[in-house]
Amino acid sequence: MRMTRRPRWRLFLALFVGFALFAAACGDDDSDEGSDGGGELTPISLQLQWFTQGQFCGYYAGIEQGYYADRGLDLTIIEGGVDIIPQTVVANGDADYAVSFTVRGLASREAEAEITQIAQVFQRAGTRQVSWADSGITTVADWEGKKIGNWGFGNEFEVLAAIRQAGLDPSADVELVQQQFDMVALVNREIDAAQATIYNEYAQMLETVNPDTGELIQPDELHVIDYNDLGVAMLQDALWASTNRLNEEEFRAQTVDFLAASMEGWIYCRDNLEAGVELVLDNAPILGEGHQRWMINEINSLIWPSPDGVGVLDPDLYQQTVDVAVEFEILAGQPDEEATRTDLINEALDQLRGDGLDVTGDSYARIEVEPTPGGE
Amino acid sequence: MKQKALNGLKRVLPSAVAIVALCALYEGYRRMGLATDDQWPVVGGDLPVKTNQVTMPELSDIVSRFFEPQQRRSSTTVLEAVIQGSWYTMRISAAGFLMGAVIGMSLAILMLRSKLLERGILPWIIVSQTIPLLALAPVIVTWGNRIEIVDWQPWMSVSLIATYLTFFPVAVNGLRGLQSPPAHSIELMDSYASTRRQTLLKVRLPGAVPYLIPALKLAAAASIIGSIVGEISIGLPGGVGRLILAYAQQAQTDPPKMYCAIIGAGVLGLVFTSAVGGLERLMPGSRHRSDVAL
Repeated sequence: MRMTRRPRWRLFLALFVGFALFAAACGDDDSDEGSDGGGELTPISLQLQWFTQGQFCGYYAGIEQGYYADRGLDLTIIEGGVDIIPQTVVANGDADYAVSFTVRGLASREAEAEITQIAQVFQRAGTRQVSWADSGITTVADWEGKKIGNWGFGNEFEVLAAIRQAGLDPSADVELVQQQFDMVALVNREIDAAQATIYNEYAQMLETVNPDTGELIQPDELHVIDYNDLGVAMLQDALWASTNRLNEEEFRAQTVDFLAASMEGWIYCRDNLEAGVELVLDNAPILGEGHQRWMINEINSLIWPSPDGVGVLDPDLYQQTVDVAVEFEILAGQPDEEATRTDLINEALDQLRGDGLDVTGDSYARIEVEPTPGGE
Repeated sequence: MKQKALNGLKRVLPSAVAIVALCALYEGYRRMGLATDDQWPVVGGDLPVKTNQVTMPELSDIVSRFFEPQQRRSSTTVLEAVIQGSWYTMRISAAGFLMGAVIGMSLAILMLRSKLLERGILPWIIVSQTIPLLALAPVIVTWGNRIEIVDWQPWMSVSLIATYLTFFPVAVNGLRGLQSPPAHSIELMDSYASTRRQTLLKVRLPGAVPYLIPALKLAAAASIIGSIVGEISIGLPGGVGRLILAYAQQAQTDPPKMYCAIIGAGVLGLVFTSAVGGLERLMPGSRHRSDVAL
């Protein structure tokens, strides 16, 4: 008995080490990908605030169409995650640029993150409040005594601002309900109005079979309140970069090129919806085609038309966004002058205008996209 | 031979019965809810969970969903996607698990050296496990990006999160195990003028095995959980964690698919834990395994 013990112990150790080496070898096999930059291109990176989807179509189009490469740039897109705060990634120097909501970036800047907003990509907010038409809710005042869903995590402020604007007390006159990032609670009629983005959750609603009718939920069965119309909407997807690095001449010039290529990508998505859908699906085959077509189309109408040029911050909407943020103490005060700058995006647009591109999209008309069952 | 088959059956049967019972409970509740319009029968009142197709898809739909393409345009079935994702997650977990086991064992041996070290280190090991994983994940990513010696890859951050969950049970149980040989065994070794290392290798480590086996199994399950949470948290593509999140976002319109990914993650945990448990047969002293409750 004694004699057999030692060899078995050694055998175990040997297997353990062998397993370790095997696992280590396995884990290593994709470490080389993408390191081949190719030629003279400068590698740059963009941190998204979520996973690949139509919301970020323009950047994928810029890569696919060679707009970055044309300007000597090799863009790597870093997908977001639940705990990834894009503007912090930029402030830490782990990415060159980030996509983040306007107020989120401003709040980080207030907390001493050295970041500056270099472009306001979405000219309008995508947030809506959706209710069943048969519930009789047509204005915010009708929310009185109702269960109003919101996502929390900073998404609730437009809801609160609208409630106050309607002369109601958010803490007494409505029942605010924490809502999952989906529309299940509204479909099940557990809440009376649900927060939704026009490009994602609202589409999910229209892609769902109504248990009562057995058919897809129709837009006329729903009522949508648009925070843009109420004047309490907060600006969303914007591009951010390190404040200090923008003072370096080289990085500044590179940023102008990055913005030009990105905005050219968005112009491409505006003019080529179908190609945009293909692009996104190529990069994320897990996504549903119909849902992405809806999303890109709606994102396009959040961007276009851009009266001052795509990516140029509208000072009035900026002020409105900041005012709501200050009212609800997300921001302690008005942001400083350096928090946003429009010189870079305007130089980028000059490049594009020089190429004869339409940077305002005045004649843009949104397409009617038919929702598909399950978004497929 | 016959006896062996019978023993095998004895081991498999209870879990098989448990799975069948769970499925029956799920389907039973679902059908009851559908029949009573989400009310409790007889006593009335709302059921805690609604039974419509979005919240509780039919069991057969979940099973058949495995064999359908994950998207209309995709040639990959859900089963293939889940298996691919699980394999990727398992490799990340294995790397993290091994590192955690090595770190945990080293800490245990270190704490064995002196009571002072034990008192100094053990409380911190316990404190380390009270830090929420979600708070830790972004920090690990940021630190990883600062490491210049190796070309830090995002998957390494996820492995490190798995390591963080793994080392704890190994360190704590390892220490208990190393301390488990009775004093007279140690004294015998001392009387042979054995070195500390000899005592460690010949008496303490074999004595620790029955304590390590359950610890390693627990660590294996924890490493999978760590990887899945880590993937979701930092957004690493390719694994089953990310798949769960992606499918969950489509859950309203395609509810069974999310359940497929969740079942896949559960099976992955079972497979990895059993694989680690399989090492037990190769270990000396394994016949003591039932002596030690975790």
